[in-house]
Amino acid sequence: MSEEDEFGAYHALTESEDDRRWAFGTGFTDALEGVDTTVPDGVDGAALACYCLMLGDDALIYSHRLQQWITRAPELEEETALGNIALDLLGQARMLLARAGRADRTGRDEDRLAFFREESEFRNVRLVERCDNDFAELVARLLVFSTFRLALFDGLRTSGDPVLAAIAAKGVKELTYHRDYAAQWVVRLGDGTELSHNKMQAGLDVIWPLVDELFVPHPIEASLHGVAVDVQTLRTEVDVVLDTVLATAGLDRPATAPMATIRGRAGRDGVHTEALGYVLAELQSVARAYPDATW
Amino acid sequence: MTTIEPLQQHFEDTIAHEHRIEPRDWMPEGYRKTMIRQIGQHAHSEIIGMQPEGNWITRAPSLRRKAILLAKVQDEAGHGMYLYSAAETLGADRADLTDKLVQGRQKYSSIFNYPTLSYADVGVIGWLVDGAAICNQVPLCRSSYGPYARAMIRICKEESFHQRQGYELLMTMMRGTDAQRQMVQSAVDRFWWPSLMMFGPPDEASTNTEQSMAWGIKRHTNDELRQRFVDMSVPQADKLGVTLPDTALKWNAERGHYDFGAVDWDELAAVIGGNGPCNIQRVAHRKAAHDDGAWVREAATAHAAKAAKAAQG
Ligand SMILES: [Fe+2]
Ligand SMILES: [Fe+2]
Repeated sequence: MSEEDEFGAYHALTESEDDRRWAFGTGFTDALEGVDTTVPDGVDGAALACYCLMLGDDALIYSHRLQQWITRAPELEEETALGNIALDLLGQARMLLARAGRADRTGRDEDRLAFFREESEFRNVRLVERCDNDFAELVARLLVFSTFRLALFDGLRTSGDPVLAAIAAKGVKELTYHRDYAAQWVVRLGDGTELSHNKMQAGLDVIWPLVDELFVPHPIEASLHGVAVDVQTLRTEVDVVLDTVLATAGLDRPATAPMATIRGRAGRDGVHTEALGYVLAELQSVARAYPDATW
Repeated sequence: MTTIEPLQQHFEDTIAHEHRIEPRDWMPEGYRKTMIRQIGQHAHSEIIGMQPEGNWITRAPSLRRKAILLAKVQDEAGHGMYLYSAAETLGADRADLTDKLVQGRQKYSSIFNYPTLSYADVGVIGWLVDGAAICNQVPLCRSSYGPYARAMIRICKEESFHQRQGYELLMTMMRGTDAQRQMVQSAVDRFWWPSLMMFGPPDEASTNTEQSMAWGIKRHTNDELRQRFVDMSVPQADKLGVTLPDTALKWNAERGHYDFGAVDWDELAAVIGGNGPCNIQRVAHRKAAHDDGAWVREAATAHAAKAAKAAQG
């Protein structure tokens, strides 16, 4: 190799070719580029947009909580795995937010929706907002979240909205990996040592009150017949998976009661826990400090 | 002696012919130790290097930038793992190397002891820090130690992606608002000199260079690489529209290189000596993650042992 070849990578920097390879699939500016985003006949665009925000916000906020683990994981393999999962969910969020902004004809792009909405406009479930106390809580929540979302996306593959169906088809592969990763760790920690067993049980106990909310049907879902998935129908499937993992791990299914709502309103209605305000303060800080900037 | 000499001869012939030393080949203890230290410190740099940029993942101002940054920081974890594996082919152990890092007994690149104070720092780190890393590392793709050379080929490819991503972020910011341009300039002002320090002390003060060059572990001197980095960066700074914070920076037609001002070697000595702006913070953060994860790693080991026992019946 000659010296000039050796340093070719560096010299190539100022060449003005637009090579998308180096973005590793993260560099796209339009999450739905090339996709026909026409809202199908008979589907209410505003309702569809709201539904996309629900699913998109779940992924966006949970990805944020996973991002907070980066450089803090117990092993380097976990750094890369958690980074992968956070990236997958971020990718899902980008597509769903972009879909929402087209479907409701407001023209808001993914960044407008992520960085410039108020807390009460976020439609995510309360489960995704918490800050993990430790690695046991992380894998407990990841198991519940990914099992639920996988069942949901599996159903969405036949959605009457072809864009949602395509997003779901891609997401199913990712979520299958997320669920397997979480299940393996729940089993390891449940079975490992007395300390890890106790921490794993405590992690499950802490998040369990937030599980019920996942299966509470919302009027928006009900109004999108054939497009949205009825979450009530997912409960059995999710329970079977969770019970199997917990039994393998030697853990008990927590008996804790569901967290109450406020006159029936919870995350999907924009009524959140105190934790979300801090997530948004961090997530939105730079974008809001420079509202005219381009990044 | 009679058994060592042919082996020693074979080792030296291998180096002389620019062939590679492989894990099972005989090698002098000094070579093995030097390689373990070099690869270990490189691995530590990848892992500690996740922190300054990781600092901005949750605050990235667009979802696209967030995805790019998250993927980059994840790449660095991959580089660290890959390098620790290369060190393990020499008989080192990742856990032991990590202990040395968190106990402050092994170094990592001095640059990561500087703070990241705005989102422009993410771009400047990509451009200058990954850029300097490429200058340092591209010659290592021809390192005499096979597993290290092969690791470097893969890593250099990804580092050059990082560099281009960083530069592209800066280009975009420079086309944005005045506040963004100021942010970029301020980041360049803070990172330019520390980037030059990444090449290490000047040649006359560098202790290991001669032996390392003879062993094919090092292929260019610190000053040669530093000069190369300056020469490559100046036109890029011009294209970007930023000013490099060095009034002595000037093209020297006679030398065919840019002249540049004196690096503050006292600052480098302070940073290497543990008194940089972030040394304590970076090591404490890594130590906390490692300590907090101890029960998780113990549980995984215990579970694997139980599973193996069960499989035996
Ligand atoms: Fe790297
Ligand atoms: Fe890098």
